[in-house]
Amino acid sequence: MFIGTTLYALINTSILALMAIGFNLTFGISGVANFAYGAIYILAAYCIWGMINLLQLPYLLAVAIAVLGNMVLGALIYRFVLLRIRGQALSEVIATFGIGLAILELFSYFGWVGFEYTLPVFSDRSFIIAGTYIDFQRIAIAGFAAVLIFGLWIFTHHTSVGLAFRGIAQDERTALTFGIDSDRIGALSVSIGAGLAALAALFIIPLGSISPGEGYDVLIKALAVCIIGGLGSTGGVVLASFIVGFAERFTDTYIGSHWTMIVSLAAILIVLTVKPSGLLGKQKELEERI
Amino acid sequence: MIKTPILQVDNLNKSFGGVRAIRQVSFDLMPGELLGVIGPNGSGKTTLVNLITRFVKPTSGTVAFKGQKISHLPPYKIVRLGIARTFQMVKPFYHLPAYKNMIIPLYSPRMKQLAGGRYGDRDAIALDLLEEVGFERDSHVAYKPAGALPQGYLKRLELAKALALEPDLFILDELFSGLSLAEVASIVPIIEKIRLQGKTIIMIEHRLKELFRIADRIIVMNNGQKIADGLAEEVMENEAVKSAYLGAEAD
Amino acid sequence: MKKRKERIDRGIKARSSDIFALLSWREMLYLSAPRMLPIIGCLTLPLILGPYWQKVLLSVAVFALLAISWDILAQTGMVSLGQALFFGVGAYCAGVMNHYFGLSPFITLPVASVLGGLICTLLLLPVLRLRGIYFSMVTLIIPLMMVRVIEATKVFGGTEGLSGMTPLPSIWIELYLVIAVLLAALFGFRRMMDSDYGLILKGISDNDRSVINAGINIYQFKAQALFIAGSIGSFCGAFMTHVYMFVGMPVFALDYSILPIAAAVVGGPGTLAGAALGAFLLVPMSEALRGLGGLRIVLYGVFLVIFIIALPEGIFHYMQRKYQQFERWVEVEK
Repeated sequence: MFIGTTLYALINTSILALMAIGFNLTFGISGVANFAYGAIYILAAYCIWGMINLLQLPYLLAVAIAVLGNMVLGALIYRFVLLRIRGQALSEVIATFGIGLAILELFSYFGWVGFEYTLPVFSDRSFIIAGTYIDFQRIAIAGFAAVLIFGLWIFTHHTSVGLAFRGIAQDERTALTFGIDSDRIGALSVSIGAGLAALAALFIIPLGSISPGEGYDVLIKALAVCIIGGLGSTGGVVLASFIVGFAERFTDTYIGSHWTMIVSLAAILIVLTVKPSGLLGKQKELEERI
Repeated sequence: MIKTPILQVDNLNKSFGGVRAIRQVSFDLMPGELLGVIGPNGSGKTTLVNLITRFVKPTSGTVAFKGQKISHLPPYKIVRLGIARTFQMVKPFYHLPAYKNMIIPLYSPRMKQLAGGRYGDRDAIALDLLEEVGFERDSHVAYKPAGALPQGYLKRLELAKALALEPDLFILDELFSGLSLAEVASIVPIIEKIRLQGKTIIMIEHRLKELFRIADRIIVMNNGQKIADGLAEEVMENEAVKSAYLGAEAD
Repeated sequence: MKKRKERIDRGIKARSSDIFALLSWREMLYLSAPRMLPIIGCLTLPLILGPYWQKVLLSVAVFALLAISWDILAQTGMVSLGQALFFGVGAYCAGVMNHYFGLSPFITLPVASVLGGLICTLLLLPVLRLRGIYFSMVTLIIPLMMVRVIEATKVFGGTEGLSGMTPLPSIWIELYLVIAVLLAALFGFRRMMDSDYGLILKGISDNDRSVINAGINIYQFKAQALFIAGSIGSFCGAFMTHVYMFVGMPVFALDYSILPIAAAVVGGPGTLAGAALGAFLLVPMSEALRGLGGLRIVLYGVFLVIFIIALPEGIFHYMQRKYQQFERWVEVEK
């Protein structure tokens, strides 16, 4: 049972990391806390579902359209909403939250909830690892999370766009003097965050079903992971995903499934008391806490 | 009576990530002294101030004020002990009149500790203090929103805020920067007046000429280290100082 | 030809704000009308309205109070996305006292307000050191997690909730109680925010370093603001518990977090009066749109975005400006 729980905890970690990475990337680059993140995740899922089931489009085409559409939506949100209120954290939070609210509540108004609203799994195969039954989808999630995080690391450390991202994240004004267009990078950051949300939905949704409530859950989980790990820090996201992922699985197995959320809440409160900027959040040491 | 130092900075270190912003800085400050801290941009002058007032936590090393260790106290408690600083970037409450900006220091618990220094309601005290730093009484300046004041008056407002706390040690972070010669000339007497009251002052400055005229002692910083300490003339003769300044700012 | 808009204080505004002697009835009316109108309005409305709209007025007042509580926190630099926490904690405090100990509403209401304020303050104490978005994120999460905590631990009736609370004696007492509290909170806290104490609170949100630099412990002040806001929110929760005669997990619902923010944003943040005004516009509107069902919340979301972008100052500031200043176009360049 212990090994099985550990394996599932690893998968849970990957799921949490996938959910949080897009939100975290956007915040890390442009300082925008995209509270519409959960809604974007659900929007992508419904889009793929609609294109496959209602328009009968091939799976891959539907996925490509949904991911690209999400990225465009992210850029549009930046261009037409965030750009006008840039720098006012309060307004950014309220505006993105309003957008997310409108999208999610629109879906619950349509009443698209139920078991048939889900995405297809990649493959029906399953494996038995160390005496534990694991389906292919969960392995795909773990693999994709690992590849994605490694890829992001390569991207931000070894490509010019990625380096520009890091420049903006560290000092926007200085970056401006080097000819980096901070508005374009900002739009790109929200856009990439939205794209990552779509990819996360593509991988994670097949395990359950699409529902507006899931959108709030994703936002909360992403926030929890980012707060514990330290906003804007990719290493922090990974570390926090491990902590929350393992804590959740082990309380689920050994204490009871109702207690998982309490464990996350306790983790947040404890981390904030001990280290207010999160476990690996450092760069904002002066700005965010005194 | 042998004077004991009012401020003892001992082996202070600070690193931000991998960058060592302050390296093993130590110095003592005698009561009534006016210490000037100079150095090229990015040499760690403001970080030093932040470390003394503990707006930034030191990596290692201690700071003692009047013989009491203060480097573990939160910043607001350090202020209550009698250290007041001004900020390089003045950021007053722009929509409020200048005299209302004074409410914040005047609301300080330090006012209650001092008990008896000043009487009257806060607005009246604020106007008195502003007059001390050169807001002409009966003119309208003190009542203007801080956002409408010129830089010279903003710096004076910043100084008045520090004065309000009646500290024993003033730390003035680039008070003169961005001011015209005439404005500097009008602020210097205020500083000299503070000094005549026996207060200790640390001034971080780029305006060397004005600083050397009033400072008792100069500390030169470069790359986070203290490279010279002494009288103004001695310091400027120092080879390390020359190379630091000529190397960094060839003008 | 280029023009710019010039805004000048009306003569009457300049005269009545600076000179202490009021010269005429007109000036006295000018000064007192904006204050008297809402008071008279609030006191007479219950008499005019029918039973259904009286209930609506109840929830208007409750949401206005929640919006005021949000605005006090926001002015102190803490943007809360979880007013439902305050509401829910107060509701459960009153519910437990009434259900298990049989205390009368006139005891539970004040006790729950203070106790709820204390609990919320203690719960958010670790978050006080956070600024800006961090605070918002945590406040968004906590009420949603409280629901799970109650679900898991099965305390206070678990998912069923507690029912059979003692109601307040009559609808009139309910109405006038909540209206009295609303008016007291509105004028009282407006005065507080204009005092030196309020200035310190606003100072914390504008430039906390300069406040720390005055030797002021900002966490103490933030905790006080949190307690004040928490108490107002808790009162709302406790009050609604007795009105509905029930308390359960819905008290932590997102509605209680969103509507107050929407009200404050639409009405105009930073004045408290704007927050209350927003509630008086939004809640009846949402009742009128009852037929739309879930679409109402979609509209709130859209409203939030539109107001934040197009009229960030809010309706109250706009009205205030029109009342105190006149505008005209002046040529600047031919």
